[in-house]
This record gives sequence, C-alpha cells and structure tokens, in this order.
Amino acid sequence: MSRRVVITGMGVVSPNGIGIPAFLDALQKGTSGVKFMPHYRDLNFSCQVAGMPNFKWENLSNYLSEVTLHGLKGTNIGYGLVAALDAWADSGMGYETDEPRWETACVFGNSIADTEAMKNVIAKVDNKEVKKLGSRVVEQAMNSGVTSYISGRLGLANKVITNSAACATGTQAILMGYEYIKHGYAKRVLTGSAEHVDTYVYGAFDSMRVLSRKFNDEPEKASRPMSITAGGFIPGSGAGALVLEDLEFAQARGAKIYAEVLGGSTNSGGQRLGGTMTAPNPVGVSRCILESLNNSGIKPRQIDLISGHLTGTNADKLEIQNWFDTLSLKKENFPLINSLKSMIGHCLSAAGSIETVASVLQIVHNFVHPNINLDDPNPEITAMINRENIPVEIIKKEVNIVAKANFGFGDVNSCLILSKYK
Amino acid sequence: MTRQEILNELKKVISPYTTNKEMLAGINENTDLIKDLKINSANLVDIIIDAESNYDIEIDYDDADKMMNVGSCIDIISQKIAQK
Repeated sequence: MSRRVVITGMGVVSPNGIGIPAFLDALQKGTSGVKFMPHYRDLNFSCQVAGMPNFKWENLSNYLSEVTLHGLKGTNIGYGLVAALDAWADSGMGYETDEPRWETACVFGNSIADTEAMKNVIAKVDNKEVKKLGSRVVEQAMNSGVTSYISGRLGLANKVITNSAACATGTQAILMGYEYIKHGYAKRVLTGSAEHVDTYVYGAFDSMRVLSRKFNDEPEKASRPMSITAGGFIPGSGAGALVLEDLEFAQARGAKIYAEVLGGSTNSGGQRLGGTMTAPNPVGVSRCILESLNNSGIKPRQIDLISGHLTGTNADKLEIQNWFDTLSLKKENFPLINSLKSMIGHCLSAAGSIETVASVLQIVHNFVHPNINLDDPNPEITAMINRENIPVEIIKKEVNIVAKANFGFGDVNSCLILSKYK
Repeated sequence: MTRQEILNELKKVISPYTTNKEMLAGINENTDLIKDLKINSANLVDIIIDAESNYDIEIDYDDADKMMNVGSCIDIISQKIAQK
C-alpha cells in the first residue's frame, strides 16, 4: 500500500506578513516586504534594501518559557520557532507534552548561525573574557540550533535533522520530510527552514556584486525577477514551516488537510557541464524536474503553476529556458509562472519553505499571485514564453498542481510537486 | 552584606533561570538549585557569571562547583565579598 503525504498545518515569518492570514492577504495584494536599511548605507553597501519581517522579539514570550527566552539571541532561531510553532498550532495540536512524540520527526533547514549575535562572542574571546560567555552560546552557534529549539519545545522524538543546501534548503527539507513519511519512518514531520541575513552575510553577497543596487531609493521596486531592469537579487529573511502527515494518520485525528505532496527530487549538476559553485548545470536542473514529475505521476501538461526560483539576476532567463526545454510544451500550453521573490526578496535557506507555503495557499484559495515589478519583462524571456504566462495581476482560477523548485550554490537543485487534496 | 541581604539579592540573580517563581519567593539556605528550583544544570554557569557581575567578585571553578544550594551560594559569595 502506497502512503500519501498531506500538509495539515502551516506557519510563516515573511518580510510581507507574519502568520498565515497576513501572508495570504499580502500574496493576493502583491504587497512588498522590501525595506530601506539605513545601516547598510552607513556601511557603504552598494545594495541598501532587504526583505525584513516586521518581527517583534518580545512576542516570543508567547511561544517559549521565560527561562528559554532569556539568553536567546539567534534571530534565525526566533524566526524558525515562530513559523514552526504556528504551523503546529495550525494543524490543531497543543505544544505541551510530557511524553516524547516518537512518531513525529523534525527536518528543518538552516544556513548559518546569527553572525551578528556571534560577534559578541568573538569580542569577548578576543578580550580574554571567555569565562563570561555562559552556557547559551554553543546551542545557538551550532547549525542545528533552530531544529534543536523547535524539537525541544514540542518534544519531537523521531528523526531530528538539520539540512543545509544553500538556496535549495527549504524545498529539500520538505522533500526529506515527505520521504520519511512515504517510506514509513515517521507518521508526521514538522519541516521547513529559517534564514536571518545578518549584516555580515549580506555584506558578503554585496561584495559578490550579485545584489540589486539601482533601487535603493525605491525599495519596493528593487526585487525584479524576469525584468530587463533586474540588476541582482535582494536578500530576505524569515522562515516557513509545514506539518506533513501520513494521510491515514491525519484522518484518524480529524486533521484539516490543506494539500498533498505528490513527490519531488533533489540532486546536483555535479558542477560540470556548465554548472559551477554558483551556476546550475542545466542537465542537472532538467533531471531534477523530470524526476519530480515522474515520481509524482504527473505529466508536464498537468502543471497549473510553476513557482520559480527566479531571483532577479541574469540566471532568470536560463531558468526559464530550463523549464521550457524540460517540459517540452508548446508556448500556448506552458503553465503560469510566478516568483514570490518579487515581493519579499530572496530568503536564501528560507526561500523554499516560504514559497512552498505560498504555493499551498494558492492551491487552497484558487489564485495565482502577481509578479510585482514586472512592467518591463526581459525580451529574451518573452521570446520563449507568452507574456500572459507571467501574470502581473492576481489571477483567480483553480490551481491543482504546482511545481515548486529552488536552485542553490553548490549546483544543488530541489523540486516539489504539490497538489490539491482530492 | 548580611546573609539575608545576599539571599534577597540572589533571588533576583536566579529569577531568569527558573520558572518556579513561587518556590523562588520562599527559598531558604537548604533550597537546592537543581532539585528544588528545577534549574537546568547547564545554566548554573550563567548564574555564577551573573553573580560575579552583580556582586563585583570573581568565583573560580573550584568554588563554583560547590554552589549547589542557596546556603553554599551565600557561603561563597560572602567569602568573596570579604576578600575584596
């Protein structure tokens, strides 16, 4: 008997909305979460805008004990906790338990500890004050910090795994969660990913000259995937989380079901055949997408919407080319395509999970969110696909199948096929 | 500082590390930090660091190991204050 994997809860900390209702509203209206960052101007950064969630640190007291919150400094951990605990509550379950939840796994992605918080650690060590660091540094410096805080709060006691695959992290985490349920290792998986692009990580991207630097005085226009005036991406921060469950297990407790994960794939182009540390090998991308479709039992014609990676760099046209070549559909049969990054920037490790939450909301509420800042599409892109396929206004229509893909540094690819639950 | 004064001050130092505020309000010299106040043993080091800055003293590793209940905390702290 083949198990089915469904989504029963979601939570999100997005630059354009925290919590599902606010995020849904922002998606439908095309609300930008990109803001001017005066600090980045003072530091002589070329790009001075970022996708920043309007996150109130003190609200964490609604999620954690005073003792745990005291000494918590890692912003990425705060984001991950709120998204994950909101998803858990959304799926109809309480936080408290004395018994370990043996049936529930946690696969949560993360890229790096909060370097700004770690700066204080480095300063103390260099100042010969190592004795003053205290007990709370290691648990927040470790890459598994986010996962450990989440699983500790909820008593999750199946596989507890922190994955990291650059910009493909989020979709990869969800895929791993799907696989654990599909193969019978876990009944339920709390999955997702978090990212806090602190000043130092942001600066490193700025130095690579891959960020948009011409819209500092118009922050909401700065993130421009597929546009001819796109000059780079806009770093974003946040977290997305989903509760995945074995269908029968979810039904037995009367859980609400948002949508179904049909399958997916994650691979690498091997940094060969045009693939490098920073560029994808098109053959790898193509194999990843086709494998996702094959193991989901879906034909390219059935895809209603592609939620692209599409960051706002030169790579956008290559990505469209890859989708076009891989799906082998005529122009008139090509699916709609959108990029949430036009609204929130590129949330790196968190991109895949936030975009998956957005994809599921489009399936549930039957709409395709607009691509904002696309008044001037790249002609090389509109030479491949019809202008109408990249909507700039919300489209209300039935959305049954979404292909959600992300591609990351290290030439890693990840793709999920999401479906309306029927 | 009298032992009572140190104890009153110690309550404030310990407060962020225990959720058991009722027990904290009624602590005496025999109250055990881990068993009674349910303080995570890893956090004892944070209490020592906070006590050092609060009383402007230095507590070495050997003395820190002895600070398991309220009475022994007061012993060490009053000893260090006297040595200032």
